[in-house]
Amino acid sequence: MATEAATHTHHDPGHEDHQHYQHWIWKYVFSSDHKTIGIQYGLTGLVFLFFGFCLMLVMRWQLARPDTVVPWIGPMMAHLETWLNMHHPLAADGSPGHWFWLRALTDIFPGGKLSPDGYNSFGAMHGTIMVFFGIVPVAFAAFGNFVVPLQIGAPDMTFPRINMASYWSFFISCIFMSLSFLVPGGAAKSGWTSYPPLSGIADQGQGIFPLGMEHYIHPFWNGQTMWVTGMVFNITASLLGSVNFIATIIQLRAPGMTWMRLPFFVWAQFVTAFLLLLAFPPLEAAGVFQLMDRAFDTSFFMPTGLIVSQQLTHFSGGGSPILWQHLFWFLAHPEVYVLILPGIGMVAEVIACNTRKPLYGYKAMVGAIFVLGFLSFVVWAHHMYMTGMGAKVAGFFQTTTIIISIPSVILLTALLLSLWGGSIRFNTPMCFAASFLPMFGIGGLTGIPLAFNAVDLYLHDTYYIIGHFHYVVAPGTIFAIFAGIYHWYPKATGRMLNEFLGRMHFWGSLIFINGVFFPMFLQGMAGMHRRWYDGGATYDRLSGAVVWGKTGIEWNGFMSTSAFLLGAVQLLFIWNFFWSMKYGRKASDNPWDATTVEWDTPTPPGHGNFTHPIAVYRGPYEYSVPGADKDFSPQTEPPGDRNKPPSGAPERTLHEVEVAHS
Amino acid sequence: MQIPYEIQARPDTGLYNAKLGIWLFLASEVMLFGGLFSGYVFLRMGADPGYWPHGLLDVRIGALNTAILIASSVTVVLAWASLKMRKFRDYKLWMGVSILCGAIFLFVKLTFEWPVKFEHFGAFIKKDALGHYEQYLGNAHLAEKKLDPRVEISGHLHEVEIQAEGVDHAKLETFLKAHDLEAKPDAHDPKVLTIEGRHLTPNVAAKLERVPGVKVEAFVLGLDPVNAAPTDPESDKPHFWYKGPTEHLGKIERKDIEFYSAFAPKHSPYFAIYFTITGLHGLHVLAGVIVMIYLWLPITGGANMFRKNPEHLANRVEVVGLFWHFVDLVWIFVFPIFYLL
Amino acid sequence: MFEWLDLNKKMGMLPNASEHGYLIDHMLQFCHWFMAVLFVGWTAYFLYTIVRFHHSRNPKANYHGVQSKASAHIEFSVVLVEAVLLLGFALPLWGKRVNPNEWPDKDKAVRVHAVGEQFAWNFHYPGADNVFGRQDVNLVGANNPLGLDPTDPAGKDDFVSKNELHLVNHKPAVIEITSKDVIHSLSLQHMRMCQDAIPGSKIPMWFRPIREGEFEIVCAQLCGAGHYAMKAMMIVEDQKKFDEWSAEQFKMQHPDAQPAVAPVAAK
Ligand code: HEA
Ligand code: HEA
Ligand code: CUA
Ligand SMILES: [Cu+2]
Repeated sequence: MATEAATHTHHDPGHEDHQHYQHWIWKYVFSSDHKTIGIQYGLTGLVFLFFGFCLMLVMRWQLARPDTVVPWIGPMMAHLETWLNMHHPLAADGSPGHWFWLRALTDIFPGGKLSPDGYNSFGAMHGTIMVFFGIVPVAFAAFGNFVVPLQIGAPDMTFPRINMASYWSFFISCIFMSLSFLVPGGAAKSGWTSYPPLSGIADQGQGIFPLGMEHYIHPFWNGQTMWVTGMVFNITASLLGSVNFIATIIQLRAPGMTWMRLPFFVWAQFVTAFLLLLAFPPLEAAGVFQLMDRAFDTSFFMPTGLIVSQQLTHFSGGGSPILWQHLFWFLAHPEVYVLILPGIGMVAEVIACNTRKPLYGYKAMVGAIFVLGFLSFVVWAHHMYMTGMGAKVAGFFQTTTIIISIPSVILLTALLLSLWGGSIRFNTPMCFAASFLPMFGIGGLTGIPLAFNAVDLYLHDTYYIIGHFHYVVAPGTIFAIFAGIYHWYPKATGRMLNEFLGRMHFWGSLIFINGVFFPMFLQGMAGMHRRWYDGGATYDRLSGAVVWGKTGIEWNGFMSTSAFLLGAVQLLFIWNFFWSMKYGRKASDNPWDATTVEWDTPTPPGHGNFTHPIAVYRGPYEYSVPGADKDFSPQTEPPGDRNKPPSGAPERTLHEVEVAHS
Repeated sequence: MQIPYEIQARPDTGLYNAKLGIWLFLASEVMLFGGLFSGYVFLRMGADPGYWPHGLLDVRIGALNTAILIASSVTVVLAWASLKMRKFRDYKLWMGVSILCGAIFLFVKLTFEWPVKFEHFGAFIKKDALGHYEQYLGNAHLAEKKLDPRVEISGHLHEVEIQAEGVDHAKLETFLKAHDLEAKPDAHDPKVLTIEGRHLTPNVAAKLERVPGVKVEAFVLGLDPVNAAPTDPESDKPHFWYKGPTEHLGKIERKDIEFYSAFAPKHSPYFAIYFTITGLHGLHVLAGVIVMIYLWLPITGGANMFRKNPEHLANRVEVVGLFWHFVDLVWIFVFPIFYLL
Repeated sequence: MFEWLDLNKKMGMLPNASEHGYLIDHMLQFCHWFMAVLFVGWTAYFLYTIVRFHHSRNPKANYHGVQSKASAHIEFSVVLVEAVLLLGFALPLWGKRVNPNEWPDKDKAVRVHAVGEQFAWNFHYPGADNVFGRQDVNLVGANNPLGLDPTDPAGKDDFVSKNELHLVNHKPAVIEITSKDVIHSLSLQHMRMCQDAIPGSKIPMWFRPIREGEFEIVCAQLCGAGHYAMKAMMIVEDQKKFDEWSAEQFKMQHPDAQPAVAPVAAK
């Protein structure tokens, strides 16, 4: 990366010109411009969000109507299967020949119904995709890439080519994950947590319910191994990205953009980048271990005397399954804050802009987000309470987990109080941003009982937990993302999203998403557990209990209906998203009358972003300043006298400034 | 469009971009190897007594490689310094030396240290059969010295004894041809065939076992010094690797073996973590060497840039140097935990 | 506690059936009230502000916003409550659970080894001598799932019950949990108890049932395609029924042995 870093200096003078005669491939596909890369990340991420949602819709059908034919996809697969049997029957040894990739699909839906393994692999992939291929790419990579350099007044990222490398590494990981649905044995099916030994023996033909193809599952091209490999690429992408973000925020702040003048979103991205930078490598190590276990029969995670279906396995043993859990959660807890912090950042931007007043307690929020960042490294074992902990260890992690909830409380409180005294505009972004607060509130608050080991004895692995974290990520982060999209879409495309469709999208999402997730708390309290293929039919007593007038089983129906309606509402958004690109109302350079620097660019911004040297003169949220002529004072607007150097500006001659932005 | 602070440092941070970048990258590298080393600790703590080998690797080679890396760390600094003093010839010299060191390091790993292990045979004995092999294990002796018991017999595979009857001869023949081995009836025991040959590695033996009809009776190996003279105080804390297997033959019944394999990753968590960590470290060395070559070769780097903008070249070398020091530092941890402890 | 105050019950929490369980229930109760108060309070505030400060009602925003220090007090009280929950309840509660001195005397307890496998639970009882027989992975087979050593005298009176865990009411139960293949988790929700079954390690837990009845045991860790159906039953009964049951299990599994000496419980 060292060389990468420097290869940009000293373009010959001609450079500027041939920039303009670029072939479109270099302009839109292999571009190193942070805006293009941001949009690439955004679109890919959104597509995966949608895909992950579709997987879940199939699962939700299965939960509501255990072993019935899944609509639309089910019959399609059933026909495909009969067609294959007719024209390309399995060989004597059960091998499907060249048609394995179609077989892989039909095996998920034997006779049009979702198979148990199919359910598990959809669940695992839903989790993986939503977290690592949906939210992180959109909330962190896309918005970070597009917005951060603009907000700090930088011409681009510090290392544009590494930035491009990051996206393409991510792209490779996407290909691995997607193709893993098409290999014999199907995609990874050991949960997004991939706990060994299950993940170690998976797809090695040792399960009790084999798909009838285990004896030719490929040693490398199988679901779990491709999952690990994909993750390694995904992690690499995040690492490259976060190095870039941090360096950019430290090095490329425009003159006058002092630390305490940074928009809160930039702070959020800054901390998030550090979380990724430091928490991901241990998972990369764990990934390498698991790859070794699967590809070279090592025993990192395989204990001695492992017996599968009454047979001693071929592993030497001596490893430890718990090691994986430690390495995984050491990442995965910080990861959950990676999921939420950019969201909170976007919400802060939108709220400040649409309340037309400064954020309440900006400094406190910055402090809180840092504390949150540090603490998130010392709470991971609260996901492992059931592995048998002594009083001391458990005590430590319960304490840290409770302490970490306090900065979150501070952030939420600050945002809530920021509403007071505002002149609130309820446009679509604000609707999403405002409803984020109570929704995240529910998710966060339900985290508190989980923090206590003793209480977790009852709640662990129940739908209560599914409810907890979906409230923080779905009506939490996803709403924040929607707020961000509606807010910055004009800057990216030059057109506004349709307001009416936006409102419909908002109200629909708000209502139905609660319809999906709130009953989970009831189911959880009633003792229904997650990862249940049949939605709890097996446990007739637990799931038969009546809560709020419905049995747990019946609630499944209600939730699934909501989920499908939620999906329908998303179609409005997708339509709006693409329709507005062409036909949306033209947007001015600063359609929201916002103060932050990104709005001081042409819409959409060209290569190099700014048309004139940028200098920053004031804090990020100077709205409704007493005595000012308009209700917003942009950061880049000189206070009266232009020649006076901005206070707190680093020593950079105006000449340098010109160079930087020419 | 031109990105600020690619060469000169930003006044208020005192850093140029690439330098900050490499420091951040190294921070994540620290976490990566931190994760790997914590894996080492975890596995070692969890290992049953006797199942974590001690003093198996050749300290002398390890020490040699350590010296080489440290030396190269010094020479990169010299290369950077000579650029700062604008002495291009010295730069070429010192950079060349650094590259050479890195190359030697990799050469030693790939041509000696790793390959021999894949030829070496180790068999863990079932708990209840340990008694039969006391003469190779010397556990009584270890017990009174309050040392961990020995549970493994290792050495160089000489021959494999298989049951004569019930063998599918056609299949066996083709297998033996493929791996040019030969089978001859055993002198004292007609019921036994002995298979031998130069290419009889543990992996081949494992494959042999999978040939239909073949049932392995026993393995005969040239024992390692530890098993040849288990009660010799020398063996209490052995560094037996470089001594190589002895001529002292030992025989292990198949039915007494819990698990056997070459000294490959799958042999035990010890070798698993050994190959993983040294392998990843090796990749880092390789990457460093490649970048240094890029900055050193007349065509790609060096001269041209030196003429245009020597400071820029110096920056690049400084950044590579930082990375190289880190690779060195990691080895400083690897050496003791695998070779000495 | 008044019926209408019982949020847990309102949310459909399963009735408690163990001695320590009510402590956990109280704590969860406390949490839920705490959460409810915060949520209702804040939501009320939230709804009020978005109406009160809608730009149609308040065209000019106030640059200074909130002046009062109320938020500090709210945050402080949240911290206080959480501290009480943690130090007052959580830590002592868990400390008591795992404190060796609290463990019941082995001879006065029902002892069981719970061994998970894809996709069933094996409950291994020590039998009359209250000593578990020797096990060996090399003996494991279809008809000897736990690899019990038939030659071991201690194992002569052992018996294994598949997917049925019998316990004696009011008598402490000590269950050591492990697994043969992948990680499972023995979740006894009515007992407010749960423990992962991790291959390679045997982890004990204990509790005292206080209610007779049949309860469903859930496997609380994804363990493969059959995870959802890995159900077992826990039967809590009086001493007499338990003895009869164990005697009959013993007969079934050792048909050739003479009638069992009085099983463990009788001691
Ligand atoms: C963005 C993601 C995210 C966030 C932010 C959190 C936040 C928290 N989480 Fe959560 N958690 C997950 C994602 C997240 N979690 C996931 C994905 C899992 C499951 C993983 C798996 O097993 O698959 C999980 C699981 C999980 C567990 C493990 C449960 C188990 O498996 O047994 C625990 C236990 O301690 C826990 C605790 C907490 C705590 C204490 C917080 C705290 O940080 C919460 C702090 C926030 C608050 C306290 C809210 C404050 C708000 C107010 C006070 C104002 C309210 C305002 C209004 C109502 C208007 N979480
Ligand atoms: C970021 C994380 C994230 C997100 C956003 C979601 C979103 C959703 N999740 Fe999931 N979920 C997980 C992470 C997430 N989930 C994890 C980690 C698990 C555990 C997996 C495991 O057990 O291992 C899980 C498990 C899980 C379960 C439990 C399954 C089981 O245990 O058996 C269920 C059940 O209902 C569920 C449902 C949903 C639903 C209905 C949504 C909905 O909220 C989805 C709503 C989605 C949208 C609203 C976005 C739609 C996208 C667009 C509209 C983009 C538009 C596209 C273009 C413009 C191109 N999820
Ligand atoms: Cu066993 Cu899940
Ligand atoms: Cu967590």
